[in-house]
Amino acid sequence: MTRVYTPADTLAVSLGADAVAQALEQSGFEVVRTGSRGMAWLEPLIEVDTPGGRVGYGPVAAADVASLAPVLAAGGPHKLCIGKIDAHPWMARQTRITFARCGVVDPLSVEDYLAHGGLRGLKRALEIGWEATIAEITQSGLRGRGGAGFPAGVKWKGAAEAKSARKYVVCNADEGDSGTFADRMIMEGDPMALIEGMAIAAFAIGASKGYIYSRSEYPLANATFEKALCAVRAAGGLGPHAFGTNHAFDIELRIGAGAYVCGEETALLESLEGKRGQVRAKPPLPVHEGLFGQPTVINNVLTLATAPWIMAHGADAYAKLGSGRSRGTIPLQLAGNVKFPGLYEAPFGLTLGEIVNDIGGGTATGRPVRAVQCGGPLGAYFPPALFDTPYDYEAFAARDGLIGHGGVVVFDDSVDMAAQARFAMEFCAIESCGKCTPCRIGAVRGQEVIDRIIAGEDGAIALLEDLCRTMKLGSLCALGGFTPYPVLSALRHFHEDFAQPRTRTKVAS
Amino acid sequence: MSLVREADYGTPARSADAEVRLEIDGHAISVPAGTSIMRAARLAGVDVPKLCATDMLEAFGSCRLCLVEIEGRAGTPASCTTPVAAGMKVSTQTPLLAQLRRDVMELYISDHPLDCLTCPTNGDCELQDMAGAVGLRDVRYGADGENHLDEPKDESNPYFTFDGSKCIVCSRCVRACEEVQGTFALTIDGRGFDSKVVAGADEGFFDSECVSCGACVQACPTATLAEKSLIETGTPEHSVVTTCAYCGVGCAFKAEMRGEEVVRMVPYKDGKANRGHSCVKGRFAWGYATHKERILKPMIRAQVSEPWREVSWDEAIAHTAAELKRIQAKHGRSALGAITSSRCTNEETYLVQKLARAGFGVNNVDTCARVCHSPTGYGLKTTFGTSAGTQDFDSVEQSDVIILIGANPTDAHPVFASRMKKRLRQGAKLIVIDPRRIDLVRSPHVAAAHHLPLRPGTNVAVLTALTHVIVTEGLADEAFVRARCDLESHAAWAAFVSEQRWSPEALEKTTGVPARDLRAAARLFAAGGNGAIYYGLGITEHSQGTTAVMALANLAMVTGNIGRPGVGVNPLRGQNNVQGACDMGSFPHELPGYRHVSDDATRATFESMWNVKLDAEPGLRIPNMLDAAIDGSFKALYVQGEDILQSDPNTKHVAAALAAMECVIVHDLFLNETANYAHVFLPGSTFLEKDGTFTNAERRIQRVRRVMRPKNGYADWEVTQLLSNAMGYVMAYRHPSEIMDEIAATTPTFAGVSYEKLDALGSIQWPCNEKAPEGTPVMHVGQFVSGRGRFMLTEYVATDERTGPRFPLLLTTGRILSQYNVGAQTRRTANVAWHDEDRLEIHPLDAENRGLNDGDWIKLASRAGETTLRCKITDRVAPGVVYTTFHHPDTQANVVTTDYSDWATNCPEYKVTAVQVSPSNGPTQWQEEYEAASERARRITQSEAAK
Repeated sequence: MTRVYTPADTLAVSLGADAVAQALEQSGFEVVRTGSRGMAWLEPLIEVDTPGGRVGYGPVAAADVASLAPVLAAGGPHKLCIGKIDAHPWMARQTRITFARCGVVDPLSVEDYLAHGGLRGLKRALEIGWEATIAEITQSGLRGRGGAGFPAGVKWKGAAEAKSARKYVVCNADEGDSGTFADRMIMEGDPMALIEGMAIAAFAIGASKGYIYSRSEYPLANATFEKALCAVRAAGGLGPHAFGTNHAFDIELRIGAGAYVCGEETALLESLEGKRGQVRAKPPLPVHEGLFGQPTVINNVLTLATAPWIMAHGADAYAKLGSGRSRGTIPLQLAGNVKFPGLYEAPFGLTLGEIVNDIGGGTATGRPVRAVQCGGPLGAYFPPALFDTPYDYEAFAARDGLIGHGGVVVFDDSVDMAAQARFAMEFCAIESCGKCTPCRIGAVRGQEVIDRIIAGEDGAIALLEDLCRTMKLGSLCALGGFTPYPVLSALRHFHEDFAQPRTRTKVAS
Repeated sequence: MSLVREADYGTPARSADAEVRLEIDGHAISVPAGTSIMRAARLAGVDVPKLCATDMLEAFGSCRLCLVEIEGRAGTPASCTTPVAAGMKVSTQTPLLAQLRRDVMELYISDHPLDCLTCPTNGDCELQDMAGAVGLRDVRYGADGENHLDEPKDESNPYFTFDGSKCIVCSRCVRACEEVQGTFALTIDGRGFDSKVVAGADEGFFDSECVSCGACVQACPTATLAEKSLIETGTPEHSVVTTCAYCGVGCAFKAEMRGEEVVRMVPYKDGKANRGHSCVKGRFAWGYATHKERILKPMIRAQVSEPWREVSWDEAIAHTAAELKRIQAKHGRSALGAITSSRCTNEETYLVQKLARAGFGVNNVDTCARVCHSPTGYGLKTTFGTSAGTQDFDSVEQSDVIILIGANPTDAHPVFASRMKKRLRQGAKLIVIDPRRIDLVRSPHVAAAHHLPLRPGTNVAVLTALTHVIVTEGLADEAFVRARCDLESHAAWAAFVSEQRWSPEALEKTTGVPARDLRAAARLFAAGGNGAIYYGLGITEHSQGTTAVMALANLAMVTGNIGRPGVGVNPLRGQNNVQGACDMGSFPHELPGYRHVSDDATRATFESMWNVKLDAEPGLRIPNMLDAAIDGSFKALYVQGEDILQSDPNTKHVAAALAAMECVIVHDLFLNETANYAHVFLPGSTFLEKDGTFTNAERRIQRVRRVMRPKNGYADWEVTQLLSNAMGYVMAYRHPSEIMDEIAATTPTFAGVSYEKLDALGSIQWPCNEKAPEGTPVMHVGQFVSGRGRFMLTEYVATDERTGPRFPLLLTTGRILSQYNVGAQTRRTANVAWHDEDRLEIHPLDAENRGLNDGDWIKLASRAGETTLRCKITDRVAPGVVYTTFHHPDTQANVVTTDYSDWATNCPEYKVTAVQVSPSNGPTQWQEEYEAASERARRITQSEAAK
């Protein structure tokens, strides 16, 4: 029976993958549900094994199965065939480390995971011990992929050295940035890598309990991850003797209730404790007093899911990739008005222009690119004039931007940047936890001031700039603190959208 | 006179061994590690602007006014949440910070009403102060933006309002409710700009779990939460620090005044007992002082059947003295007696017992402690050598495991309960031994590790079983016992408690406590670190009250939990000055300082000081006085500040005794129940109207300061002195400080106490003498006062009060938060909004067996009498147990209680009465007759002379 790999990834499912899988099964194929390769425009993308590697077809509709059925066994030609996956230019140019198994393996099969290099990292970590493990992570240059870019090894070391009978590893899977989906893809496509990564962190710092904090908006990812937890637990990976060791470790999946700010680590911890998702002042840092007041490592999904690879292949293999102080790879998430949206993992250092134009293929509408928002809804808007900016933490910061969680959202020339600036304030107002004044009141006033500017009150621009300074320097967390990035970048790079008369002619979209 | 302004350091003090040196605006300062920059700055004399920070609460970091710059660090961190670091160089004033603070304040004011001139906290508003401090001159956002100016007011609480339009969402109220009070009634609802403070599930303050402690009002930096008295009266112009006159916690308050009018009572942060916290009674329920029912003129009558006749003070005193002398001449000295009050000051109590011993010439003096903590005095003196609790309240902050037995502090000692809850939230373990599931068994963020729901009357059995487990399982602290205790008594005791009949298993049937739970609790207490015992009247008010106190002392000694912070045996005293009343020689057998009247040396001290010959024989206790009255040998009683008719057991017996006397003198604020049988009524003064001292449950002597002239004309000590002089025994004190000087001169434990020292130190815990010139926070350090701790055998003897077919249920009694004891004060305040009648708690099973529905009128009958009240069906009580409060006179709960009492001290057995409960359709005949008689007895004819 021919085995057909069909994604069960949320994006693919929303494009009809379940119907495709059903049609394939009815046609007598063995269907293995996988994650996604990340080529969103090709989903649902189905794959079959051939002696030369996997051959892909996409985007497939259920109605295509009849015509595909005769060719699938041999990976033969069809109008939807994209050829060998690994040879596809979009895939071939990537450096897949964090996403190496995503779309390839059955996410719920421990055997499949082991067959694709799973647990090699953990085994090595156990062999070399916690101090060497942390040294390895530190040496790899791995930084927090949630957006702050804090060195993961330093964080782990802090928690490892904190004295406490109880410690925690918390995985931040509250992926709320618009245009990002990498965490979800890991949870759906390679959840055991994340489990292994959490276990490595747990052994390194001496934690016996892990939590993963996910979102209610990710029902499929949560279901898949929960099943993966069960599978690993059944195989002895989690429990009193996790992975056959004398360490107890287990992981609990917790689902948030839709607050963006709970992606902020301290608000997340509050929420995990059953409290209102409100930001804590730091210090104390979570590594000293985190979940339930105990030392806690809290890392993003991508950070933790990358740790097994680093431990398996060594710090140097990872550290030799990248640019400047941004080592290794970044899973870019291309979205918005872009021709080739999807997940693209590459070493740091590509220019923004390469990402948008060469990889993304420009806009989906075919109109000129006018702005790119990097790093989520609180990231700066970059105009094409800044497309020479290398994609790394420091280079972006030098241009008042941020990488964030790796989201890249493309806009064509129909975008109204004053409206985008206003949206940033609106977003902040909606998502503010309400604790600190600059964010709670400032975001509301920000919308009002931008309305005044749009209505022609040029004098209000100075007030907006004052407000942005207050929010940036005065806010308690990054939500209020980073909202000025999109606002000020729009004001700076697209001043014509704010000036009176608004000089730029509106483009009909 | 001016307002007492307390410094606010922004964040709580930290104690650490390591000191950290840093520089703030060029000032070098050294503070304990962990201190915030904000606090360090204040200590260095630099005020950093702040709104959400206050030193009663942990730092929160929300207002963003306190931002500072630190050399070598990026950004502008908040000084409240950033701890100091060695060598740090902090700038609190830079152009950038000035700009940021002004801009933050501009945001605040863009959503705040601009009605400062008509605002109740005008001049006392931190928002107003900060707007000035940061130099805000303009609100560029205009007035048309989104705002909260139309937020509704919540005026449901009787004492304070919540005005949402003025709220700046700093969460100080929410945090005070959590961190200080521990009730968790308040929360922030909604997010972002919609964030607002709500009580409970947004049902308003009154209907929420709010206990009206006032911590939120005190924490509020604006007019959002403001006292109604402040709104009505206006801001205070001066304040006086004084001590609360309710329970034995002894909270220090600032009485904030306008002239002679109290604007509000604000808890004083320097109060060592309350540390700036308060409860609904002390904070708000002081309105009784000006209640229309307060009697301000002396009154006399020849017969209790006659109406009262108002007379002048001169006539009242002359008449009273004449009556007393007449009775003395006719029936002898022993026909006279006095009852001192635990509500009055030490000085007043001292004078009353002096009047009895020196003026009446008889030791017939007793106090209401007779009915509450007399077993504590006897039990602890026998075992440890001192008739008082061993610790200060701060001690609880170092306890690891706490036994709470026969006490319900969240209702009866709320401020101490909050301090205990704070420690429990930090991880200390709690063992509750109580027939009822009191709040501390399970309340927000606090849960008892063990609740042993014993049958009323079996304390001694349970406590002996606890020590049985400790001794037989080898958990005793042998080293402590060897070093500190009397070994002979220990050997006998250890053999006694090891007997199989005291095993939890053997006693399970008797006590109703599962043996497994009892063993677990014993192990936890013995091995859980610092173990502290707190108890209340659930221990003492039993036929074996004294035995139970001794059992607690045994338990503390055998586990080595005496003589250092965090441990000890701690009676929670019911009344503000019950400790003091006992200290001051209120018992018939003891002169001040717990020295027996038969002791020649002691008597000699007082005889030379008082210039009289003292009787070496103990006088009559209250129950003996009452019995003697019925027998016809006791004829005249001076009762200061106690309502024995309502508070003493077996009301009918008390009534008969009072009716048999020829001269009953009631010295009180109101025509209480006892006054129905009185011939002379001397109006009393409130704690606001006199100087003096109270001694709280931790032996802490604190000043009571006069904030207004006595509305009745005289402070109580002056009245006693007038009466004494009129009887021919001269007293010539010009001020209560002179009385204290006399106490210090005659009583070794008070030798070092003076008003001067009290003013300097704030408060003093006795003993205060040459060895401990600043007092003694923790007793028995290194050595027991009596030398070696003495173990006492605690044979369990079941009370004679037993259930049977006629009276199958056990009644026990207690207090509720909003009311205080017989309710004479609290019933005359808005506190009745929470508790306007006493109800009988009954288990659903017992209710169903009797066909009762929640709220039904029921008849509560014992062999002593019967009364009616309404019932509340709840599983807080176990089947077979019923419970009621006794705050309302019409409940007549003590008509039902019996005259059984403690074998050693006669403390009545209030906590166990066999009763039957049955449906009823109205008051009993006794209640109806009593009410009619009360009404008759309270008639007053106003005389021209008195006007």
